[in-house]
Amino acid sequence: MPDTIARNIIIKGIGASMGIAIGKAYLLEQDNADVVEERFVPPEEIEAEVIRFKEAVSKAREHLRTIIEDVPDEYRDHVYILDTHRMLLKDKLLYEGTIEQIREKKVNAEQALKKTVDKVKGNFKKMPDPYFRDRASDIVHASNLILERLLGTGPSKIADIDKRVIIVAHDLSPAETSQIQLEKVKAFITDLGSHTSHTGIIARSLEIPAVLGLKNASQVIETGDFIIVDGNAGVVVIDPDEETLSRYHDRKDRFEDFQAQVTRTSGLPATTTDQHHISICANISLLEEVVSAMDHGSDGVGLYRTEFLYLNRHSLPSEQDLFENYKDLAEIMEEREVTIRTLDLGGDKFATSIPWGEEMNPALGLRAIRFCLQSPEIFTTQLRAILRAARFGNIRIMFPMISQIEEIAAAKRMLEEAAESLEKDGIPFRADIPVGAMIEVPSAVFMADILAKEVDFFSVGTNDLIQYSFAIDRVNKQVAGIYQPLHPVVLRMIDRVVTAAKAQGIRTALCGEMGADPVNLPVLLGLELDAISMNPLSIPAIKNLVRMLSFEEAKTFARGVLNRATASEVRQMILETYGDSLEMATYFQSNGPNGRLPAA
Amino acid sequence: MTLTKTVKLTNPLGLHARAAAKIAKLAEKARCAVFIAKDGEEADAASILDVIGLYCPYGSEVTVRITDPKDVDILNGIVQMIGAGFGEM
Repeated sequence: MPDTIARNIIIKGIGASMGIAIGKAYLLEQDNADVVEERFVPPEEIEAEVIRFKEAVSKAREHLRTIIEDVPDEYRDHVYILDTHRMLLKDKLLYEGTIEQIREKKVNAEQALKKTVDKVKGNFKKMPDPYFRDRASDIVHASNLILERLLGTGPSKIADIDKRVIIVAHDLSPAETSQIQLEKVKAFITDLGSHTSHTGIIARSLEIPAVLGLKNASQVIETGDFIIVDGNAGVVVIDPDEETLSRYHDRKDRFEDFQAQVTRTSGLPATTTDQHHISICANISLLEEVVSAMDHGSDGVGLYRTEFLYLNRHSLPSEQDLFENYKDLAEIMEEREVTIRTLDLGGDKFATSIPWGEEMNPALGLRAIRFCLQSPEIFTTQLRAILRAARFGNIRIMFPMISQIEEIAAAKRMLEEAAESLEKDGIPFRADIPVGAMIEVPSAVFMADILAKEVDFFSVGTNDLIQYSFAIDRVNKQVAGIYQPLHPVVLRMIDRVVTAAKAQGIRTALCGEMGADPVNLPVLLGLELDAISMNPLSIPAIKNLVRMLSFEEAKTFARGVLNRATASEVRQMILETYGDSLEMATYFQSNGPNGRLPAA
Repeated sequence: MTLTKTVKLTNPLGLHARAAAKIAKLAEKARCAVFIAKDGEEADAASILDVIGLYCPYGSEVTVRITDPKDVDILNGIVQMIGAGFGEM
């Protein structure tokens, strides 16, 4: 019987939040607009159909109003989006456009709405800027609210989930996530999204697993399907067979035991067996994540990505907004270091926000410090907010994407000017804060000895550094294989930066994703980095591993790998030398159901 | 009789949903139609979707047009809002 045979379908996506969940799927059906039936309405019923549409819009607006009122304070930023959605419901193009369709084409309201939405969506999809293009999803989210009321399906089912389930969706809008009782959610899986999307951030802050970017999960999975979500490996197994299931139960138990064990000791310092200390810090994007950073034993915030405050609310915050946010962060972290990276806008998000032409290579375009230096008002607002907040904690400022010394000079000059303007305005601030450069462009690596004279610290951003060094876009699957953090060229660059920094007596941190992978740790430790910053959840395991290693041995080991020819040789050497210590830590990152099992 | 004013977008996000919503709120109060134009294409200022559809990124020049001189306050209000970067700076 086909329905009694386990299908054991494995789909791969992006592991956006660690952990393993096993349970029943709950599919949030959203793509209503694609399955709308077309019905012709007799002339005498046209006006009734128009009224039916108007009522649906009113109900949808009322529904959003109640959601907005119920939004808890910690998700307050979403209100901007919900408020815009509420206005969109009454937007002329959508509202009057649909009514016109009903009257002219004499079709049912559902069909008229779908046609109108498709038309508007089409205009958006043609836009050259991906940020604008993505707004098409706002229209779909808004129109689905109307559609649900027309069809009488309604999203009440989201709020009605009464047992703990794995939420499966094509995409989750902020309105939808605001409605789900999050304590009922075991895990999230979606077709769209990535590590930095809204759902990923929510999942990480709730510490539940999430696998996103699965492409067609919502088509393959149905409500009630039994599924496994492996947020570590980015894998989902649908309808697992007995063997897979028992392996995953085991894997889940081991992971939870391991997490519990390393978390218990995460408050201990990361000190090697020979008493060398390395700072293990957290990379965060939201103030809310600082709680998780503290819980997982971070020694500080090594990277505060400040873009989120600008992007998520679809508008730029005021100096006061920024100041309060940075101040809160500084106060929570007390004496621990908080490294605020100035705006890293640009690249894929703002590539075409320059009116005089489309960017052929967004990653090589007007972004980060380049954008800031050309937008002095925006940059100054942020610099003033940072200087003001610096009175309340141990804040450091870091400029991203430095490629030459002039940029540091210009940024420092603007920082001085910001301080002078605060002085003039009589607003209290603190000017003597450490200033650092993010080293993520090869040109900065090779000039590190010169740059080191101008700054108080370095932080190596390996994600971009690797991409720029190998000239690859790792989002492009065809070349992603070339992206290898353990390649000797990457390690040599880190070594060069650390050596240059030491000669000037300044510290070097690493804040790329490679810092979170236990396999890389022996080498990074041996290259004498002063700090490694990573996502908060990875901290306990890394700290635990540091305490098992010898700094002197790691230094000798690192010298040895620098002369290897390939990344796989380096990896092989690490596993041969450190295999025992890495056993548990790497097990959970191994490749899903067929991953390497640790020795019993 | 129509009145127009041209202004450059100074907020880095351009005329996106949130900014368009602010314009729409103001334009809804006008007696007669208010338009926003860029490169010869015109959008109804009271429609968020129409305004976003103009595609006005950072640095674009847009022309605001009113069709009734009595709406001059609305015209000035919108121009001022755009000029001030929608209070986003």
